[in-house]
Amino acid sequence: MAKSQEQLQQTRSATSLLYDPKFRSYAFQILLLVGLVAFGWWIVNNTITNLQAQNKTTGFDFLSNTSGFDIGFSLFEYSRSSTYFDVFLVGIANTLLVAIIGIILATILGFIMGVARLSSNWIIARLATVYIEVFRNVPLLLQLFFWYFAVLQTMPAVKDSIAFVEGAMYLNKRGLYVPDPNPNAAFLWVQLAVGAVIIGGYFLNRWAKKRQEQTGERFPFVPAFIGLLIVVPTIVWFITGANVDFIYPELGRFNFKGGIQIPPEFMALLFGLVIYTGAFIAETVRAGIVAVDSGQSEAAQSLGLKNGDRLNLVVIPQAMRVIIPPLTSQYLNLAKNSSLAVAIGYPDIVNVFMGTALNQSGKAVEVIFMTMMVYLTISLVTSVLMNIYNARIALTER
Amino acid sequence: MTDNSVAFVRGEMADAQPAPSTSKGVVGWMRFNLFSDIPNSIMTVIGAIFLLWFIPPIFNFLVTDAVFPWSVVNTVEACRDHAAGACWIYVLDRMDFFIYGFYPSEEYWRVNICFALGALTILPLLWPDLPHKGLSAIGFFVVMPIITFFLLNGGNFGLAEVPTEKWGGLTITLIIATVGIVASLPIGVVLALGRRSKMPFVKYVCIAFIELWRAVPLITVLFMASIMLPLFLPEGTTIDKLLRALVGVSLFSAAYMAEVVRGGLQALPKGQYEAADALGLNYFKAMYLIILPQALKHVIPGIVNSFISLFKDTSLVSIVGLFDLLNTVQATTAVVEWKSPNQAITGYLFAAAVFWIFCFGMSRYSMYMERRLDTGHKE
Repeated sequence: MAKSQEQLQQTRSATSLLYDPKFRSYAFQILLLVGLVAFGWWIVNNTITNLQAQNKTTGFDFLSNTSGFDIGFSLFEYSRSSTYFDVFLVGIANTLLVAIIGIILATILGFIMGVARLSSNWIIARLATVYIEVFRNVPLLLQLFFWYFAVLQTMPAVKDSIAFVEGAMYLNKRGLYVPDPNPNAAFLWVQLAVGAVIIGGYFLNRWAKKRQEQTGERFPFVPAFIGLLIVVPTIVWFITGANVDFIYPELGRFNFKGGIQIPPEFMALLFGLVIYTGAFIAETVRAGIVAVDSGQSEAAQSLGLKNGDRLNLVVIPQAMRVIIPPLTSQYLNLAKNSSLAVAIGYPDIVNVFMGTALNQSGKAVEVIFMTMMVYLTISLVTSVLMNIYNARIALTER
Repeated sequence: MTDNSVAFVRGEMADAQPAPSTSKGVVGWMRFNLFSDIPNSIMTVIGAIFLLWFIPPIFNFLVTDAVFPWSVVNTVEACRDHAAGACWIYVLDRMDFFIYGFYPSEEYWRVNICFALGALTILPLLWPDLPHKGLSAIGFFVVMPIITFFLLNGGNFGLAEVPTEKWGGLTITLIIATVGIVASLPIGVVLALGRRSKMPFVKYVCIAFIELWRAVPLITVLFMASIMLPLFLPEGTTIDKLLRALVGVSLFSAAYMAEVVRGGLQALPKGQYEAADALGLNYFKAMYLIILPQALKHVIPGIVNSFISLFKDTSLVSIVGLFDLLNTVQATTAVVEWKSPNQAITGYLFAAAVFWIFCFGMSRYSMYMERRLDTGHKE
């Protein structure tokens, strides 16, 4: 009782500033900041010196220069007189194209395989297991090489094309040829009708749910929606006289004319990405379904729910909660893995921008920075979207 | 009550009858697993047709029609035959290249010693019943890499110097994987602790680092490492191509490792942190003695999964020009000497098998550890 609280504090802070957690925390952070700034300054300084020694300038004005090289596959107009910025855009578009189609197909394959692995049918379960364990444990790059060099490059030459559908679908060394749909102007109305039905379906669903909660009466939403989706556009089709002309690929003297040519690089990349990611998604789905306690199913049964309702209302919503976060990272992995396109020559952003454009312009720092920003943006946008979805289906606790 | 009111009372229990023949043995198993109802039967038929359609051609390709060293005709002509299957003799012929790359053949023994050393030092780590885990960890994480480096690189102790450009094949794949594993775990732990730190600046630096690496594909990281690293260093420093790839791979996998470890840290009940505080342990002691041992144990499967993806990702260094296993295979798929229709497929299948054995082995091991460590929540 000799010293008051105040005195005690004074002696402590005087003797041991080093042991004051607050002080230590600040000191450590300032140290880290100084270290990082020094490191950053050192790197920037080195880079500038190195670039000066190589007589290179910096800045983004090279983007408006003519690129001077061709790109084999582009979604929009591109020629060798286009600028480096066009190369950048073509690369982004190609990356997104393969990523989006890949995500859709991999999800379908993954869900089928994940459910199949849990099937009570022995053969089906074993087949799914073999698929998952084989493709999950072999590097994607190797699989891409396999599909591209060992499978698609050994396809027959143009004149010996394999006809999947005689007169419409051909496969040869240069790729897959499919009919080119050519809708007339009135087809726009059909598209609008489909859009209207989908939007209407959203509100119909909300109304049906609300009514069921209030009155207990159920509305057969799914059959009604599918019926509308078929009937309304068909009526619009006949009223407006919409039509789609297919331009079929025809074998010319050297190559096919007409139709859409899907290059082998794209097919190999898509194949590889879908099969590889599908195996991972299957595992995610399986884990999600297993995570739902069997008591939940039994409880649903004892409440008298039908089999379909049991799955739709009890099992799947709970499984999705477990599935969504890892599924997001699988989607992101697929988008990032599409950069392996560079190994088989599909013109994605890494191939055309970080590869050819970088080599030609020599603007290493700028090009790599821009490419990384593209992937960063894709990652952040996907994460945000999936987080919103995840928050919506998350468990609401009272 | 008279005795004869009951006609017959059995004195002893009836013998147990055998189960009906339809519910036991092969028939019962098939009824239960393959033909329990109509949809199930349809799926069985589809699966069986698929297998019959799929397995024989693959088996023929790999074995029946394949060209082995002991085949009747075991030259490249046999592989060029129209009906030939896999050309295994080509793989065997190039096996040295696939394993050692361009390493001089009279120095192969050095690589072999390193393989043996690696196997010897990792075994006591993986075998859960062996004691002295700390010592074995030092053996694998410190002693083995140092000896391996001096042995492979040479230049001292009377060994001829072999520059890293000559390293290749499975050797370099294993080197990159091991270095990645050895480096990424400690960096990942530090990053994970930093991300959960109460100091805001430390926390945000770690978050930025982790999220940045995780957002970009490894291939851009490798490109950056091979193009930008020379720019970042003082003028005139040359930095080895292999080292560039190693830096890229290590930092990349460290970011993923950090997220795995963070999962383990978050899964730990708050009471453990508070108990460590209550015991008067300082931060480092609390982490080292209380938190990390438990957190890391929780996430061993996750850590092994990261190792598996790291191992698969080593194949990407072939894009920046290193001759790893995949690249050595890829480089020989077009050699004229063995030119034959199935040469490429055979090469890829061989490489796939090697990668598969390593990755599948790791995943089985992680499942085994998971079962072994799952001591707490038995139902």
